[in-house]
Amino acid sequence: MYRLRITTTFKVFATLGVVVLAIAAAELVYGPVSLSLWRVAGALLGWGDPESTAIVTQIRAPRALLGLVVGTALALSGCALQGVLRNPLADPGLIGVTGGASVGAAATIVLGDTFAMGLPKDIRPYLLPISAFLGSSLVTGLIFRLSRRSNTTSVATLILAGVAINSIAGAAIGVMVYISDDQQLRDLTFWTMGSLASANWTMVMVTLAVVVIATTVLTRMGRALDLFQIGERAAFHSGLNVEQTKRNIALLSAVAVGGATAAAGPIGFIGLVAPHMARLIVGPTHGLVLPASALLGMGLLLGADLAVRNIVPPAEPPIGLATSLIGGPFFLWLLITRLKGRGLLA
Amino acid sequence: MRLITPAALVAGFLSISANSETYPQRIVTAGGDLTEIVYALGAEDRVVGVDVTSNFPTSAKDKEQIGYVRRISAEGVLALAPDLVLGAHDMGPPTAIEQLRAAGVRVELAPRGDSASGISSKVRFVGRVLGLREEAQHLTSRIETDLNREAARASSQNSKRRVIFILALGEGEPMVAGVGSSAAKIIELAGGINAVTGFNGYKPMSREAILASRPDVILMMESTVARYGGINNIFERPELALTPAGQKRQYVSMDGMLLLGFGPRTPLAIEQLGKALRQK
Repeated sequence: MYRLRITTTFKVFATLGVVVLAIAAAELVYGPVSLSLWRVAGALLGWGDPESTAIVTQIRAPRALLGLVVGTALALSGCALQGVLRNPLADPGLIGVTGGASVGAAATIVLGDTFAMGLPKDIRPYLLPISAFLGSSLVTGLIFRLSRRSNTTSVATLILAGVAINSIAGAAIGVMVYISDDQQLRDLTFWTMGSLASANWTMVMVTLAVVVIATTVLTRMGRALDLFQIGERAAFHSGLNVEQTKRNIALLSAVAVGGATAAAGPIGFIGLVAPHMARLIVGPTHGLVLPASALLGMGLLLGADLAVRNIVPPAEPPIGLATSLIGGPFFLWLLITRLKGRGLLA
Repeated sequence: MRLITPAALVAGFLSISANSETYPQRIVTAGGDLTEIVYALGAEDRVVGVDVTSNFPTSAKDKEQIGYVRRISAEGVLALAPDLVLGAHDMGPPTAIEQLRAAGVRVELAPRGDSASGISSKVRFVGRVLGLREEAQHLTSRIETDLNREAARASSQNSKRRVIFILALGEGEPMVAGVGSSAAKIIELAGGINAVTGFNGYKPMSREAILASRPDVILMMESTVARYGGINNIFERPELALTPAGQKRQYVSMDGMLLLGFGPRTPLAIEQLGKALRQK
């Protein structure tokens, strides 16, 4: 029996892994410029012609890698936050992290030209991700200060503080929108729809470093998250340092989402839905749900990116449209087949 | 051994004799004004892709569509195999420009030109890049002659109309053109006065401030009038109905790109708007 379960789990993860790899490979092979497999291979191995090398190594490869990183960050932090808050609707946006990043980005888009004139040219393109990341860190710090009362962090206060911070962030963005000129306004609108297109190697490597540190720790939180499901008091009596765990998870999620949002803009839906999909596929144990969420997050985001890059070339619609268009029906299908399997739906 | 067909040989000689080899032959334009200039210089056949703002001449809409000028996709543009990307000064994102250049595509950004003199510098820029200096010279002198004629007409006006340009009318306050906006410039060139003062660019303006600005004429894009269900619906709004323009139902609507594009058709736009304002 035990043996059988191990092999099924292995099969599930092997399938998910293969699917993600296949989508990542497709991201390298398929694009508006049609390149033969031979030329793609040549570009990757260093004997390709300059054109295909530039396309594969400077456009497609950093994008694919950024997609993997951002997908992981969003899905894992969504999963961890849903677990620790015991709220199936929690996503990184709920505790204000995305809002903070958006204020940072909006401020850079609108005020950057006025205040950053003196900065060296090489730094200016990174001003937006840096301030988006600072914005999200600031908000996380603030929310934690607000929700700590007599040495315990109240989950309810955490969520309420998040709601309040989100509305303040909304107002701050409104101010930026009001004082922006029409070009900045359009930049702002497009930024809020998210995109992997800004991926160049520097950006990808910095994001990778930030996200990998945060998510490696998050994936080890499986047992702690399982204990949280029986309630904080019971978890405490099972020997878990509840307070420490809560703080770590929220902080790590904020770092991961802050990094992802800084690089790709706010991409919704994945943080909310990937963990649910994972639970439908591998069951409730967080030790399995966490890695499965990560794989699903990567697959969804890369699949969406593949779609927007290829659907109406040479133009490219924003990725936010595709994540919901692809993810939504897939999630519904999963939900219906599982409910049917358990005899809950005719 | 490769076979060279006689037709290919002839085509080869023709292209040499036309001396067009050294100049770009597959051009992607990002910016409606630049597309208009390229077409006006007679280089229509060399254009392989345009952005969404390129809607004139209407035949430009048949070219491949690369999307919005600030959000171009590097690989999408590369798919058209261009040898030149001719972009507006604000083309972006910067990463896409870097990626295009890394792939060996020449990217040229036009000078900023939302003024009367800016049009000529844009035309000369396009002429230089495309190897059509002579054609560009003809075009600029024609544009400048027309602009001077319109400027003379505008300055001979003794009573100037107060004009308000309305960009959008939502549920909230109307979005209007403030000081220094492209709409304000075209109004002034046509011999009108921008009724709006106190802020720069396009911003929502409070209804009371609109009443206080006492516009004689309302200026809009044709697409805006259509979107809000015709001029009657627009004049029903109290902040417009009670202005001098609303009481006498004075309005001008023009094609957006013609009015605000600052391209080869700008003299025509000034002429049309000026004529309409003089009749009001």
